[in-house]
Amino acid sequence: MAEKFDAIVIGAGPSGNTAAYLMAKAGMKVLQLERGEYPGSKNVQGAIMYADALEAVIPNCRKQAPFERAVLEQRMWLMDDRSHVGSHFRGTVDAEEQPTRYTVIRANMDRWLSGKVQDAGALLICETTVVELLKKGERVIGVRTDRANGDIYAGVVVIADGVNSLVATKSGLRSPVKAHDVALAVKEMHFLPKHTIEERFNISGNDGVVIEMFGKITKGMVGTGFLYTNKESISLGIGCMVDDFKAAKVSPYQLLEEMKNHPSVKPLIAGAEVKEYSAHLIPEGGYNAIPTIHGDGWVICGDSGGFVNSVHREGSNLAMTTGRLAAETIIALRDEGKDYTAAHLKRYRKTLEQSFVMKDLKKYRDVPEILHDNRQFLTTYPELLTRAAHTMLKVDGVDKLSKEKQIKRDFVAKRSRFGLFGDAIKLMRAMR
Amino acid sequence: MSIKVEEKLFENRYRVDEGRAHIFIKEPDVCRDKCETPSCTWTCPAGCYTLGEDHSVTLSTDGCLECGTCRLLCNEHFNVDWSYPRGGYGVLYKFG
Repeated sequence: MAEKFDAIVIGAGPSGNTAAYLMAKAGMKVLQLERGEYPGSKNVQGAIMYADALEAVIPNCRKQAPFERAVLEQRMWLMDDRSHVGSHFRGTVDAEEQPTRYTVIRANMDRWLSGKVQDAGALLICETTVVELLKKGERVIGVRTDRANGDIYAGVVVIADGVNSLVATKSGLRSPVKAHDVALAVKEMHFLPKHTIEERFNISGNDGVVIEMFGKITKGMVGTGFLYTNKESISLGIGCMVDDFKAAKVSPYQLLEEMKNHPSVKPLIAGAEVKEYSAHLIPEGGYNAIPTIHGDGWVICGDSGGFVNSVHREGSNLAMTTGRLAAETIIALRDEGKDYTAAHLKRYRKTLEQSFVMKDLKKYRDVPEILHDNRQFLTTYPELLTRAAHTMLKVDGVDKLSKEKQIKRDFVAKRSRFGLFGDAIKLMRAMR
Repeated sequence: MSIKVEEKLFENRYRVDEGRAHIFIKEPDVCRDKCETPSCTWTCPAGCYTLGEDHSVTLSTDGCLECGTCRLLCNEHFNVDWSYPRGGYGVLYKFG
């Protein structure tokens, strides 16, 4: 394998596939390395795919991609132990509107996009783990794989090896991800007949429902639960910060099991056959945890660079967009006859700063810390709000003004007037 | 409610690299004698780490989901030697 490539892409997830596809399509000699048996076999996601980011790479993606269901309805639930209050958004604003969010099964999605990459002329080698980067001084000049004679050289290396980013870490390009900045999510795939899912969720055709859950299901840990409808299955999962699991002495599978038994969730998955249990880390440190993402002969994309908007639960679109902008920078440098030095690759960082990726991450940069330091948002408020709804809706002969007064007293007793005011300010500051 | 994680792992596909674990406990004595929060024994989503009566920790990587959590948890004693399995081995997600 002494052959030299124009570019090597490590990993065949959304960011690696996007970068490999665009570079191969632009006529570059691209090698893509994937440690799984096939693209997707090591990858885990909720999963929602965003058509806008995919469309920028594969035009007419809606007609070809293996989407499961278009998200017609989004529910947000604030959960107490046995109840929830929530909000729904359902529908479209005009009849011609194209959906922008689709539920997907990651293994199908990655295989499909990888097919495009190979059609574009990139060479994909699976079952090959990159163990480290080859360097000449500070310059990355290739990769070392776990195959015999496994050193391979390239002009530029795109690091898209996922959240642990062992390759970049071992090679000293970034510091290790921290337990403080990463969530651990576990998920099960619950299979049900198509018509059962459509009846339970009041949907038809390719329409789907997404439920995001907050509150006492995470036992005071910073985290969320989710339920996504696929064609013939339901993706059900829950994730919390790794540091919080450590401190709370709670097992992720225990948390998942309790969530499955919550009275709001249990009927939705009744009778389903579970066909897979998965676990994955999600980089949720936000803007403040983004490492250096370019250097001499290398760029980092997707989860490897911590590109996840945890507030909006977006990740795959950030992955594809970082992969696209990295590839576009590399292609432009090739066209201009410029070397892939850190100074030239800086353009990747600059275009990223101008895109929604960095703008959104910047907007929410304080959210991880605020949630970390203010557990009342995850425990006290969901409880107060569900009890307030319960109090107002219970018809028991007590007059409504007395009920209102009782609710106010409950809020003040739990948080104090000063505390309530402070919490409002904190929320506004975090979300502005 | 006690949960058997083995029953969950049973649904998954694996190709186990016999005799070649990809994660090691560097110094077993450190787990037994120095670690006060053996969080790997409750946080690992595949239950790969078990706590013995003498406070020793045993690791079996066969059901590993390759998430990387244990590597990040062990940030006081840095006693976990973590890498991915050889290419093609380990968990093989059908759906992901």
